[in-house]
Amino acid sequence: MALEHVNAVVIGSGAGGGIVAKELAAAGMKVALLERGRWISPYECAKDDLRNQRTSVLGASFGPDDEERNPRVKVEKDGSEQIVYPSRGAYNNNAMCVGGGTASYGAMAWRFMPQDFRLKTTYGAVEGSTLEDWPITYDDLEPFYEQAEYEIGVSGDVVPDPFKGPRRKPLPMPPLPPNREYAVLRPAALRLGLHPFDIPMLRNSVPYGGRQACMRCRWCVGFACEVNAKCGTQNTVIPAALASGNCELRTEAIVKEIVLDAGGKARGVKYIDEKERLREQTADVVIVSCGAIESARLLLNSKSRLFPNGIGNNHDWVGRNLQGHAYTGANGLMPFDCYDDVGPGAGVAICDYNHGNKGLVGGGMLCNEFIRLPYQFLGRMPPWIPAWGKEHKDFVRTWYRRAVNVQGPVQEMPVFHARVEADPKVKDYWGVPVARMSGNKHPHTLEIADFMSRRAEEWLKEAGATRTWRRVPGDDLSAGQHQAGTCRMGNDPKTSVVDKHCRVHDVDNLYVVDASVHVTNGGFNPVLTIMAIAYWASHHLLKARS
Amino acid sequence: MKISRNPDRRRFLRTAAGVAAIPAASCTRAGRRWRFLTDEQADTIGAICDQIIPPDQDPGAVSAGVVHFIDRQLKGHYAYLQDAYIKGVVEIEQAAQEKFGKRFSALASEQQLDLLREREKTAFFRMIADHAMQGFYGDPRHGGNRDFASWKMMGIPNPPVRGRQQHDLTKS
Repeated sequence: MALEHVNAVVIGSGAGGGIVAKELAAAGMKVALLERGRWISPYECAKDDLRNQRTSVLGASFGPDDEERNPRVKVEKDGSEQIVYPSRGAYNNNAMCVGGGTASYGAMAWRFMPQDFRLKTTYGAVEGSTLEDWPITYDDLEPFYEQAEYEIGVSGDVVPDPFKGPRRKPLPMPPLPPNREYAVLRPAALRLGLHPFDIPMLRNSVPYGGRQACMRCRWCVGFACEVNAKCGTQNTVIPAALASGNCELRTEAIVKEIVLDAGGKARGVKYIDEKERLREQTADVVIVSCGAIESARLLLNSKSRLFPNGIGNNHDWVGRNLQGHAYTGANGLMPFDCYDDVGPGAGVAICDYNHGNKGLVGGGMLCNEFIRLPYQFLGRMPPWIPAWGKEHKDFVRTWYRRAVNVQGPVQEMPVFHARVEADPKVKDYWGVPVARMSGNKHPHTLEIADFMSRRAEEWLKEAGATRTWRRVPGDDLSAGQHQAGTCRMGNDPKTSVVDKHCRVHDVDNLYVVDASVHVTNGGFNPVLTIMAIAYWASHHLLKARS
Repeated sequence: MKISRNPDRRRFLRTAAGVAAIPAASCTRAGRRWRFLTDEQADTIGAICDQIIPPDQDPGAVSAGVVHFIDRQLKGHYAYLQDAYIKGVVEIEQAAQEKFGKRFSALASEQQLDLLREREKTAFFRMIADHAMQGFYGDPRHGGNRDFASWKMMGIPNPPVRGRQQHDLTKS
């Protein structure tokens, strides 16, 4: 039975897709929202230290949960390749469920800074990097950042941050009260002449949007919020889209390809439904919001006479510039307990080192880390402690409650050879070529990371740390939960995939709306920017339609 | 079967379905201590893990159930590592016999450490060390961290206090 034609089919229900679906449905368009994963409820929080989206050694609880059906291929620097599965790091998993990454994220809600949209103009070209300005500015996105902050819900206090871009309204919710790490780190930052403030978070600090406030448990990043206080698309805009009566959400729907008509316009998508039937959904407009790895894979797997190398890929830019964040920072041992079991843990940040660092192109935000659950803590042991045995155990016993971690995401220099391809051999359970990831970080990214880790170390020392050690990233590909860049936004169709309104060049009813379009990924967690772009793209899509 | 503190419905159903599908196998297993390991393998693995996380004033790996954790995962998420475990155990037992003429678990602590230090960089040792840490420091629902041994050791409140706010701390 043929499926009824809709006005828009949205593929992926994460930060980008959830918002587009709601915006279009609210404007009266009939929307089919297709999601590969399931709808995970707050009751499935599980609080399982070994099986969640941050520590997935026993499985990625927010999907893909069927390991064998969803492989990827990872190519190493020496050319060797391996098949990787979702629960292992090299997979660069984000999530696969209603809400996407927003169902389990740590929920930092950063606006990028004005300079982040104009890195090339600010700093000049970087050799070996495809560094470029965005075709849009901070000012273009400002109203849409605000819309995201108010519709999804953000708490925090960014007033003391002198480096932020101009904003018309304050955040809708106050920050959570400080925990002990905050109380130690904030005065230390002030003594150093830095400008600490309360991290903006997509988390209810007070009742908001019909949901209650955070109860401050320790299982936050990587988990569903047990009391639904974390704000994602799954508990805000997606329910609103469904309530409009214009949006149908279909879970466990695996899109194989985007289908074009003879004239080169998108006709719709072919997908496999929850009963493993092949379906075709036709639509006036197709919106791809699968995350930087899967969106690129879907475009590359959608081949036709007009696009023999994948839709939108006639200039070989789809899948290029895959980036995430080079996380860097330092750990310190304090002479007193800093662990107070008050989640989410992260609370205080500085943006003093995002820009204006001598000899460096950009930088990144620094903040204290979310609560380190016991097994996670082992990944942050100092280099002078053996990896096992009596000393290792002694260290954990003595220092777990006294160790503080300051870290942050370095804005990466995009590189052309860091990329996603459709693998020529390996297919998933449904017979679709899987994502093949290759490439490395740019050397300058590592230089920035080194600089940032030293700043983190200074902050910890000022806070009273008696001993510190830095943690800097290696040069392997970064993507993971902050994956971005694979369908770059730009004005020139020869060096980008979508235009400034997220429309694929050459296919005027096909859009990519997720972090794939990011030209650069900011020195910040990217989700609020993905949300702002989703509102921006929806606004222009609706404007073009009317 | 230990009752998990916070059962995840889907995993419960999966386990239930698995049990239903292999009634014969479950019968033949009645009375056995391990799901996958033999007693000898479990003995070796326990001795290795007790060097990785030795008992002291707090429980070590074995008394915290780390071998149960590994055994359970070898029939679960780590089923793909069964061969690696069997081979690793065989190799270290051979070395124990050649060098000291005894089973690994019967060796003096220093002799065990000798053999493990020689193997510190091997894939097998790294794997078992990581799994021992998961079993010891991870959630008890997976068979390890018995009686919250590691969390007690680290001073982590258990059960957690919910809804706590730090109203006494104000911005400086």
